[in-house]
Amino acid sequence: MTRDEITAGLAEILEEVAGVNPDDVAEGKSFTDDLDVDSLSMVEVVVAAEEKFGVKIPDNEVQNLKTVGDAVSYIEAQS
Amino acid sequence: MSRIDVVVTGLGATTPLGGDVASTWDAMLAGRSGVGALTQEWAGQLPVRIAAELAVDPATVLDRVKLRRLDRSEAIALIAAHQAWADSGLADAGLDPERLGVSIGSGIGGAVTLLAQDDILEASGPRRVSPHTVPMLMPNGPAAWVGLELRAQAGVHSVASACATGAEAIALGLDMIRAGRADVVVAGGTEAVIHPLPIAGFASMRAMSTRNDEPERASRPWDKGRDGFVLGEGSGIVVLERADHAAARGARVYARLAGAGITSDGYDIVQPHPEGAGAIRAIAKAISDADVAKSDIVHVNAHATSTPVGDMAEITALRTALGDHPVLTATKSMSGHLLGAAGALESIATILTIRDSVVPPTINLDDPDDGLTLDVAANKARQLDVPAALNNSFGFGGHNVALVFTRV
Repeated sequence: MTRDEITAGLAEILEEVAGVNPDDVAEGKSFTDDLDVDSLSMVEVVVAAEEKFGVKIPDNEVQNLKTVGDAVSYIEAQS
Repeated sequence: MSRIDVVVTGLGATTPLGGDVASTWDAMLAGRSGVGALTQEWAGQLPVRIAAELAVDPATVLDRVKLRRLDRSEAIALIAAHQAWADSGLADAGLDPERLGVSIGSGIGGAVTLLAQDDILEASGPRRVSPHTVPMLMPNGPAAWVGLELRAQAGVHSVASACATGAEAIALGLDMIRAGRADVVVAGGTEAVIHPLPIAGFASMRAMSTRNDEPERASRPWDKGRDGFVLGEGSGIVVLERADHAAARGARVYARLAGAGITSDGYDIVQPHPEGAGAIRAIAKAISDADVAKSDIVHVNAHATSTPVGDMAEITALRTALGDHPVLTATKSMSGHLLGAAGALESIATILTIRDSVVPPTINLDDPDDGLTLDVAANKARQLDVPAALNNSFGFGGHNVALVFTRV
């Protein structure tokens, strides 16, 4: 799966869970500062991403995933 | 010490009769029933297959992402509270948030969320349980959400007294303003538990009507053919305001919340006291608190839920507490029983009865019980000048709440 495909998959999840416009989702965007994803919604995003991409994202890794790009890199490395 | 007067300056509701106060009131005056057959698949196995569902789906009012984080009882409390807030004109009045309070309760709370998340837990494990579960199911959730969105900082309260909750929440709002803790309180009740478990529970108590073939005729307070209440869902919210505060900003005032009486039976967990002793004391306290005479109360919006015992106990209590002059109605005949929101919706009906000089009907009163010895606006609305009126609410647990509203 390419980085663009992972980004598009995350955009789908972010729209479903937090109402984020998919056009706003890009690797450089911060989940909290740019996309307004609050802590509870981030939990939903992580669980949905695990399901969608078939990966495990432990809670202690989530705090390192500040941007969409961080998440894409983590998922790319795991899958 | 001079008494602080409290008035009602805003109304909001979403009910089985309409998505707002105006449509709900129109439906009441027209004598329409909000009760219908439950068409969900799960209803088939239940002894009770009727309910009064919301006329307007919250999903058509609130956006999808917001609804994901709200129990239905929270969503409809927010809808009704925003209506009441807009109606009051306070949004642009420069109210200090530290003088704004909230008092909104629910009889049962977020039970539907609890049950839905338990299904997920059982089917998919704990990691799939929504992180929004706790704020969705907590009983203070509706009050907290309204407080958050209106930025209320004078205290957010959520009383729970079963079917008296909506009225008790309004009484608490009155206390808050009288005690000087707030100038404005957004008060009322909300309930949304049309789900097989609560229905099965009430049905096991033999408290609900099983007139499944005639939904619109199932809620029939004081009628000989009544066989239990019909579950409804909805929210009713009023804006209570210190009278001089309302006057200073030139607010439109619906009515005065003149007094409240709250008592507890100390008798049985679900049965009302047979002579209505607690209800009689609540009504007497409310009248005394309002500083009106029994004879001034010309109308009562009764609790009357369409149960065999409760309806007649209230008649006995009203005769003792007030006499034989008031004109009664039971709007639950149309709305069904909104449990924790009932006292709030019926307060709104009482307030509009005062404003419009018209008593909404008690529908389905075709064959009155022999014990019905008071005048009821049966089957059609009745013109009546109402300078002062009483709203009764009683709840499982022996809670009795009486509110007196008067014309300003």
